[in-house]
Amino acid sequence: MAIDMSQFLDTFYEESFEGLDIMESELLNLDEGDADSETINTIFRAAHSIKGGSGTFGLNAVAEFTHILETLLDEMRDGRREPTEEANNTMLASVDVLRGMLTALRDNMDLEVDRIAATQKDLETLLNNGSPSVDTVASESTPTTVGETSVVGWDIVFKPHTNLFATGNDPVRIIRELETLGELLIDLDDSRLPPFEEMSPEECYLGWTAKLTGNVDRGAIEEVFSWVEDECDLEITPVKNETSEAVKGPTALPAADERRTSGDRRTGERRTKSGGAAESSSIRVGIDKVDSVINLVGELVITQSMLSTLGEDFDTKNLNRLIEGLDQLELNTRQLQEEVMRMRMMPISFAFQRFPRLVHDYSQKNGKKIELLMTGEQTELDKTVMEKIGDPLTHLVRNSLDHGLETPEERIASGKPEMGTINLNAYHQGGNIVIEIRDDGRGLNSEKIRAKAIEKGLIEEGARLEQEKIYELIMLPGFSTADVISDVSGRGVGMDVVVKNIQALSGKIEVSSEAGKGSVFTIRLPLTLAILDGQTVAVGKEDYIVPLVSIIESIQLKPEMLNAVVGKGETFKLRNEHLPIIRLHKIFNAEPVNIELTEGLLVVVEGEGKKVGLFVDELRGQQQVVIKSLEANYRRIEGISGATILGDGSVALILDIPGLIKLSNNEVMTEYQSRKIA
Amino acid sequence: MSTATSEQAVSAAGEATHNSIGVDSSGSQYLTFALAGESYGVDILRVQEIKGWTPVTRIPNTPEYMQGVLNLRGTIVPIVDMRMRFSLETADYTEITVIIVLSVKNENGDRVIGLVVDSVSDVVNVDSTNIKPTPDFGSSVNTDFLNGLATTDDRMVMLLDVDKLMSEDEMTAMASVGEAADAVPDVAAQSD
Repeated sequence: MAIDMSQFLDTFYEESFEGLDIMESELLNLDEGDADSETINTIFRAAHSIKGGSGTFGLNAVAEFTHILETLLDEMRDGRREPTEEANNTMLASVDVLRGMLTALRDNMDLEVDRIAATQKDLETLLNNGSPSVDTVASESTPTTVGETSVVGWDIVFKPHTNLFATGNDPVRIIRELETLGELLIDLDDSRLPPFEEMSPEECYLGWTAKLTGNVDRGAIEEVFSWVEDECDLEITPVKNETSEAVKGPTALPAADERRTSGDRRTGERRTKSGGAAESSSIRVGIDKVDSVINLVGELVITQSMLSTLGEDFDTKNLNRLIEGLDQLELNTRQLQEEVMRMRMMPISFAFQRFPRLVHDYSQKNGKKIELLMTGEQTELDKTVMEKIGDPLTHLVRNSLDHGLETPEERIASGKPEMGTINLNAYHQGGNIVIEIRDDGRGLNSEKIRAKAIEKGLIEEGARLEQEKIYELIMLPGFSTADVISDVSGRGVGMDVVVKNIQALSGKIEVSSEAGKGSVFTIRLPLTLAILDGQTVAVGKEDYIVPLVSIIESIQLKPEMLNAVVGKGETFKLRNEHLPIIRLHKIFNAEPVNIELTEGLLVVVEGEGKKVGLFVDELRGQQQVVIKSLEANYRRIEGISGATILGDGSVALILDIPGLIKLSNNEVMTEYQSRKIA
Repeated sequence: MSTATSEQAVSAAGEATHNSIGVDSSGSQYLTFALAGESYGVDILRVQEIKGWTPVTRIPNTPEYMQGVLNLRGTIVPIVDMRMRFSLETADYTEITVIIVLSVKNENGDRVIGLVVDSVSDVVNVDSTNIKPTPDFGSSVNTDFLNGLATTDDRMVMLLDVDKLMSEDEMTAMASVGEAADAVPDVAAQSD
């Protein structure tokens, strides 16, 4: 049995974290109503899998801890214990502890021993209080009758049924685990072994009698066999003091061999851990998605063979069929691309699921009554985006909890229902996913924000700003939300971090608010980061791709629209707005066809809320492009967000509009300064 | 990248060739190429492929020697003109102008780059005892990229330290760009 267990370890961690998430959300469900047996069962199952898995991988601390939790849940499942609020909170705390333990083990870090011990004690206290029978550790069928003190060991007769292997159990593992409990002498019972020709390799014919010496709890032994209870005949009889010398097991376990295996396994584990600390992740894909990809690949193969038959001896009269085939190929490829992208999509509930807990804990701690509503949890978005949106979302929800919602007294005083509401909503709109965080709290106080902004020197006194612009001020760096929006002290982390994170995902965030009624934060994110719709523009001999999402319109300039502003470069007037012009050829030192602004084309683009006109020679086609990184082999270039490969195999660069605007601002500034000096 | 590491690389290369081809254990193989009449060599184990010159996509605002990027089976590979890199007289690209695609290592991991050279000559075995340290040419020639000089068959080959090619200057350039980007204040919502 020299299977390298380490390869399964990652899967175990992943599944365990999933299990913990399930436990957490189900525990929170328990909170709301009386004990639903199915809910408790779900929690129990999750805990049981974690325990079993951790035992198998030799993560004994985890197994031990989960065991206590499981016992508690078992009592609830059998209706012997009521799920009290206290029990619930302790269990939630132990979910946290377990998550901490697993994270620490995975990343090869030290366990928080104190915290674990404290929670474990809480659990044990809970278990001992008001429990009908304290020794429920042992299964009910075999109550402990022997005084534990006089027991010096156990005789164990373990006869697995022949179908033991079919359930994926391994007697060697069980014996190895028994060995950890005390001194083990083991005797093999091969009486059931059939003649060689009748033997099936998939059946278990062996049995064992073991003698375990040491002060071992009966429960601990049964625990070892808990996975195979129904697939074996098991007898566990205590050995009294006087008989202990009499029985001598004839053969000892081939210990050296076993130890080596377990040693190997452990070093293997360690290796994975040190290597696995980096962000490697897997993804769970629904079987329907895989099936549809397989179907499409099938079609692709058919099209390919059709085309190659056609090509074998090609005649121009078959041209129509060739064109048809190529159309088919294009269709297949596009569908395949869409399906593969769909595989990376996950419902946003993965990001939302942490919030019930957050709200639960917050309302307990701060005495605010809060209801969390979530809609559109099934809205799908790219996994990479999902991973990165979690933290900004948490920050926004906390903000709403902290600063947005009032205390129950304040709410009643202002004639609102005592229970505050936070609404998380997600939906698709165009090529974007929109996430709204809405609260019915006090709303943003524009006067206070304004005063603070003036104090910080972010705006000038007397500057006239629209309401929305004022709200946007809270997203500027250095604008701490503390003591401005509410009297509750903030944590000192500004909204600018949120904004930065969202912008890194090429998303946008907007705020709207009504005093006394609440605020809404709206996040808009592209569905995926790997593919974008691009407009190809030409500057001289060079082609660049402009992300279609940032293009507002493309126009040809007329002389009367132009305007030169000293120190600000060229501008043009578009429907009562004066917008700066960026000459792409100038910024990229390219050789243009047109120098006169009225001869080329102007692509009006928007980046980070600013509109500019990009001066280019020509517009080419629109196409979907796959984004490739320039940094992988070279470095980041200002104004360029990446590269892509065009149909003819050449490389085209993708413009980074906000970066370009910054670049051009710097350029204009230096030009202006140098002119002033001259 | 310290010299110790590149020496290790050289000795590792030597061992590899010893096992497979059977040359002298203390030597290694170098691919030599011509550049303005001079002969240079790169460790052959770093060479991924040699391909003819094809037009590249220019990257704006990069040093002149950075010719641009090329699509190499789906990977975007930067292409460096070695004549410009070494401040040699520039020459037109002809049908014997080639791109040597190399894998280089630096603190940011493995990268792939292409070098534009006049022509590829041959592969030589260089005994490590025949590698001499680079003499000081004075300030006109940058010897930072050289591992040493090797003499084979009455010919002198300058051995390139390929890891340095993409590290120092380029990386400093990157760092300063990164800082500059961070230093620009986020003025998205600021009014005019």
